[in-house]
Amino acid sequence: MVPLSYYLILSAILFACGIIGFLMKRNIITIFMSIELMLNGVNLSFVAFASQWHALSGQIFVFFVMVVAAAESAVGLAIIIAVYRTRDTLNVDRVDLLKL
Amino acid sequence: MHLALFLIFGVVCVAGAVNLLIQTHPIQSALSLIVVMASLAVEYLLLGAEFVAAVQVIVYAGAIMVLFVFVIMLLNAGEEEHSQGSHIALLLGLPSLMLVGVLLTWSVMHQSTASVSIGSLYGDPKTIGKLLFSQYLLPFEITSLLILIAIMGAVVLASKPEVTPVGPDSGLASGKEN
Repeated sequence: MVPLSYYLILSAILFACGIIGFLMKRNIITIFMSIELMLNGVNLSFVAFASQWHALSGQIFVFFVMVVAAAESAVGLAIIIAVYRTRDTLNVDRVDLLKL
Repeated sequence: MHLALFLIFGVVCVAGAVNLLIQTHPIQSALSLIVVMASLAVEYLLLGAEFVAAVQVIVYAGAIMVLFVFVIMLLNAGEEEHSQGSHIALLLGLPSLMLVGVLLTWSVMHQSTASVSIGSLYGDPKTIGKLLFSQYLLPFEITSLLILIAIMGAVVLASKPEVTPVGPDSGLASGKEN
């Protein structure tokens, strides 16, 4: 028997690590990976609560979150490729102009 | 036993997440993210979510991370360069993050003593599939539309603007279909 709070604490730690990476990293790909880390943290709390309340809907929501994350990463990485083509850099501090 | 497995893989998970922050090369961050996702799949199994654990390994650790590694290699991403302007994130972000973390941990620790165990809820593919095709049929179908739009968007965004006689970069287009 594991207390539910342990799972929620692990989920919060993962989410916090994602936020720290999102704020501190300068590489656009690493920032994108931090977003995936945050999504994973949220997924863990979804599954933990599904187990707590005996509701399978939580696991279905995790499935939908994963599908949206897959679509998001496909489009996001395409945007990263487009940015790299026009700017020749992956540093977000150098991508600060709206026009070319 | 349950608690021991949870603690082992929880520590592995947090270590991977911290390693993602420490490493400066994107490919090392990607590899530590794979460690996080694999250990999270074990945590899902401990919670009885078989289907979610399998999808986590196949979709997240498989498809999405392959996409990440593919893009990192394609763009030849090197070491992260430090530049000016990131001090605001350090000064404002970390204290507020600590505050949120302390609040969250405190509120979670002072909650009721609810606990979960193996097999209390069994999310096998059969049950999930039945639910997915009855109660959640409409969201499921909308999801397929979303993926279709995402594939088209990725192909349009990643294709070169000028028309070349060689043809579009087919490797990129097929790499998006996860």
